[in-house]
Amino acid sequence: MTDTRNLFVRITTALAPLLVALIIAVLLLVATGAPPLDTFVKLFTGSFGTPSKQADTFVVWVSLAIVSAGLLITFIAGQWNIGVEGQIMMGSIFATWAARGVWEQQGIVGIPVIILWAMVGGAFWALLVAVLKIYGKVNEIFGGLGFNFIATAFNIYLIFGPWKQKTGGTLSGTEIFPEALWMPTLPELRVSPIAIIIALLVLVVIYFSLRGTLWGLQLKAIGKNIRAAFVLGVPTNPLLLSAYAVCGACAGLVGAFLVIIVHHRLIPSISSGYGFLGILIVLLSSVNALWLAPLALFFAAVSIGSTALQLELNIDSSLGGVLQGVLVLVVLLMQGIKEKVISK
Amino acid sequence: MRVELKNIHKHFGAVHANNNVTLTVEGGSIHGLLGENGAGKSTLMKVLSGYIHADAGEISLDGGNVKRFKSPADALRHGVGMLHQDPLDFPPLTLLDNFILGCDANLLQPRTRAEKEFRELCQQFNFDLDTNAFVSDLTVGERQQLEIIRLLWLGARTLILDEPTTGISAPQKIKLFTTLRQLVAGGKSVIFVSHKLEDVEDLCHRVTVLRRGQVAGEATSPFVTEQLVQMMFGQQLNIGKRSNVELGAPVIEFDHLTLKDDRLTVPDVSLSVQAGEVIALAGLEGSGQQLFLQACAGLLPPSAGQLRVNGIDLTRKPYENFLRAGIAYMPADRMKEGLVPGLSIEEHIVLAKRGKKDALIDWGRACQTASEQIKEFNIKGIPPTRVEALSGGNQQRTLLALLPPDLKLLALEHPTRGLDIESTLYIWGKLLERRKQGAVIIFASADLDEVLQYSDRILVFFGGHVIETVKSSATNVEQLGYLIGGKKQL
Amino acid sequence: MEFFIAILASILSDSAPIIFASLGETLNERGGVINLSVEGTMLLSAMAGFAVAFTTDSLVLGFLAAMIVGAIVASLVAFGSITLKRDQVAVGFILTLVAGDLSSFLGVPFVRVPGPQIESLPIPFLRDIPFIGPVFFERDIITYLSFTLIIGMWLWFYKTQPGLQLRGIGERPEASFARGGNVKLMRYVYILLGGALIGFAGAAFSLHVKLGWSHRATAGFGWIALAIVIFGGWDPLKVAFGAYLFGALRASATTLQSSGLEVPVQVFPLLPFPLMILTLVIFNSRGLDRVLNYLPLGARRALTRLLRSNPPAALGTHFEQE
Repeated sequence: MTDTRNLFVRITTALAPLLVALIIAVLLLVATGAPPLDTFVKLFTGSFGTPSKQADTFVVWVSLAIVSAGLLITFIAGQWNIGVEGQIMMGSIFATWAARGVWEQQGIVGIPVIILWAMVGGAFWALLVAVLKIYGKVNEIFGGLGFNFIATAFNIYLIFGPWKQKTGGTLSGTEIFPEALWMPTLPELRVSPIAIIIALLVLVVIYFSLRGTLWGLQLKAIGKNIRAAFVLGVPTNPLLLSAYAVCGACAGLVGAFLVIIVHHRLIPSISSGYGFLGILIVLLSSVNALWLAPLALFFAAVSIGSTALQLELNIDSSLGGVLQGVLVLVVLLMQGIKEKVISK
Repeated sequence: MRVELKNIHKHFGAVHANNNVTLTVEGGSIHGLLGENGAGKSTLMKVLSGYIHADAGEISLDGGNVKRFKSPADALRHGVGMLHQDPLDFPPLTLLDNFILGCDANLLQPRTRAEKEFRELCQQFNFDLDTNAFVSDLTVGERQQLEIIRLLWLGARTLILDEPTTGISAPQKIKLFTTLRQLVAGGKSVIFVSHKLEDVEDLCHRVTVLRRGQVAGEATSPFVTEQLVQMMFGQQLNIGKRSNVELGAPVIEFDHLTLKDDRLTVPDVSLSVQAGEVIALAGLEGSGQQLFLQACAGLLPPSAGQLRVNGIDLTRKPYENFLRAGIAYMPADRMKEGLVPGLSIEEHIVLAKRGKKDALIDWGRACQTASEQIKEFNIKGIPPTRVEALSGGNQQRTLLALLPPDLKLLALEHPTRGLDIESTLYIWGKLLERRKQGAVIIFASADLDEVLQYSDRILVFFGGHVIETVKSSATNVEQLGYLIGGKKQL
Repeated sequence: MEFFIAILASILSDSAPIIFASLGETLNERGGVINLSVEGTMLLSAMAGFAVAFTTDSLVLGFLAAMIVGAIVASLVAFGSITLKRDQVAVGFILTLVAGDLSSFLGVPFVRVPGPQIESLPIPFLRDIPFIGPVFFERDIITYLSFTLIIGMWLWFYKTQPGLQLRGIGERPEASFARGGNVKLMRYVYILLGGALIGFAGAAFSLHVKLGWSHRATAGFGWIALAIVIFGGWDPLKVAFGAYLFGALRASATTLQSSGLEVPVQVFPLLPFPLMILTLVIFNSRGLDRVLNYLPLGARRALTRLLRSNPPAALGTHFEQE
């Protein structure tokens, strides 16, 4: 009997935050004069209503799943890798760089080159933050923020400068990639099955490395007490560098996908806030790799759905961001409330 | 001021830290509170000083009942002030700032008035304190002095001192005792909490002994040591004789080693330690022992000189070379530097394994090894137990269990700090076993009894210098007390 | 000369919002709490301040609304980290995203709508002092308030008893508690005050420096305020210096742009942040120590105190008040 009661308690505690977030969303919608019920229906149909929308949702899912898997690694190592946005951007920049190098090539050659080079770019950008932290004692939050700014500036510089379109620099981005360098997708849809498989692979690899490898355990030790880990013999500096490199590579991979699947060119704000969303997803997952895939799907659905809201109901798409953020906030706060109630 | 504690009870979870404790301190007297680590002395005093609330019982001051104090400041307003073992001051601020922080004042800082009264109090007790110095630059003894005059300035009529003589030099101790006698002559009362028999016998008029949370007995000056020991431990202590061990080849050699960190330089140490030797590092906190231990362990690269282990030059080599050479380090702050909170015993065993490590973890084997170690070291826990859930003694045993089997040198900081006598004896038993196998033990301790009991040679540190190296058989506690304060002779 | 005065004057005015934001965050962090929600708070309060001022046609109400918004967001950070003992960085980060998105969502009706603005307010007599007059005293009420804040905060920290207590809480809350300080309450108060100041900064943007509201109008300034607090070593005067330095860098970016160099315009406003980091690395590095060692003791001590920035020792930690 207690088992079912436990299950009941666990389901309600899991659903309660969702309910609170929904209530807040309804209040906001009412305040701005938008129809709440229509909005939620549109949110759902906008992300899952048609095969085309479903495909779009999965495209976003790929990016979110990969970046949050990478962020999980740095989180377990106790790092706040806020620089992940810049790392995605660098991935896109390196991807475009590679693309310009293989412009005339076949996709079968060009695309892997682009992807790999993008991962190098992302890892490189992350390692800069790591090096600043380890050897320059600069907190990774500020290092990351600074490098986000630099990446953004560099991106703009490239788009309006050396990589500008033949007709002149424009906010719409660089020259569009030749179709050979577009990731192959399902007919009529925008989703790439290869990308989905890669995303699943990344999730699986990260899950197993955290549970069953020495590397994963050492990262966990570093995250909980870096000094004690060092004294016990864990090589903390190489491990931290590797954690950032892995996260950066994942971010770079996302950057590559953004460029060869979604936009087919380099645009300003290419990272689309996916890095920060990834952080939200990791926070929500209680650092448990199994939750990443479903949470990423939920967040992807809200993101795509909210663009539909903009188009069809003229409700600003940032409502999606509000929903996502409020949900994580409520979950976090309710954890705290639960612990406080239990300790009484 | 007359202080009475009546039927105090305090629980921490399952631990009954104070069990029906009744205590009376007469005005104008120094009352000792004696007991070994974990007996409940600090808890009782924290209740009296308003830092924590008792579960049951009453406090009575000069006959008037006070159910409980709301906070330490409330207690101080009633006249009870406590000097903690680590004085609760603000290191980055100046002495004057520390002095006036927390006093009753409206908007502006009462600097001029405070400075004047500060100097008067310093003069009264013959303290030498500079108002513009930073507290972080003071010794523990000086921080105690600051806190004492601050408490007096704010109206304390009863002063509680919690283990004040650990970490101060002999001259500072003499000054402290003089100050306390002066206070008491003026009508104030002092509660002197300690586990050091000598100090209590020297200073106190009356003593209450706590054991395992309860009052084990009381005594009046002049004291009979055996009687006090009996009350403290419940039996005659049999610490046991240290067996003699044949010393082997030199294991570690220091050749004009100089160590540096932001605050201290330890210049020119030369020493050769043979297998089976136990070296103690004695001295006031922050005199260089910690730097020396970290250098032994490979955690602090020397800025000059050479360090050889088994003949191989390991000066400034990376930490892993030291680990490979069979060196281990056990820090004083177990949960900060030695163990990873949130990780289990078996996870620690996997992490601490030396030599060739597999990339994939065999959890089955890890669990088995952990069970074996738990049995071997009598740890109260199971492999998946998280280390933060273990008691201090069990945490120390876990650290012992993590030591490599082929240990050549063990650098230990304060190995038994905060532990009860049973754990202390057990741990030293295990350490001496390693010594029999040829390991070198180098340890730092503030407990001079421990230093004398277990070491072959003692290095005395003062102000970063090794001012003396003595054979433990050739010295005693009194002489050591002077040495650590920088004096070579009485 | 005229040109020089004009530049200085505009730096002082344009930097006012950053002054409020960074000094507000300094209050937060001196109390021991990192408030990472500055970026989102500024966006939301800038939007709210403008929206209210526009709707009620009252600048005062606009600023008040902005301060309330700032305090509300800060109270969530306080509640999450002090009462519920969650990770301060996590709560602040999430709030920054939520507040930022809220500002976009709720601000739609006010985008690119012309609205009220702060008028110039020269001070008679003082404005006639050569050089200093035109630079300092021909500004507006917001800039004057920023000057007052800098001086006021310095006085508070170093000359008052409550200010001393604040410094104590950030360094060692246990000792503060032992001395009768209500650590929880004081942390709450200072976070709310700091939040209100950050909210004020937002309104100072939309009603004074960068008039009106548009999508993510104050983007980046919140993060920069955080960097300036560190750069300024949590000291009001040094933080103010950092804020003005940043203002000067932005001003030089605009002048460089108009001088016709080949670099695209959008790059410049983003550069100061990495520069701040660079200075941090240099100032906290061992290389600086070695250079300082060549100086005589007195100069070395003074310079060390000036340059070194040590965070309040208890920053980011929780405190158990039994």
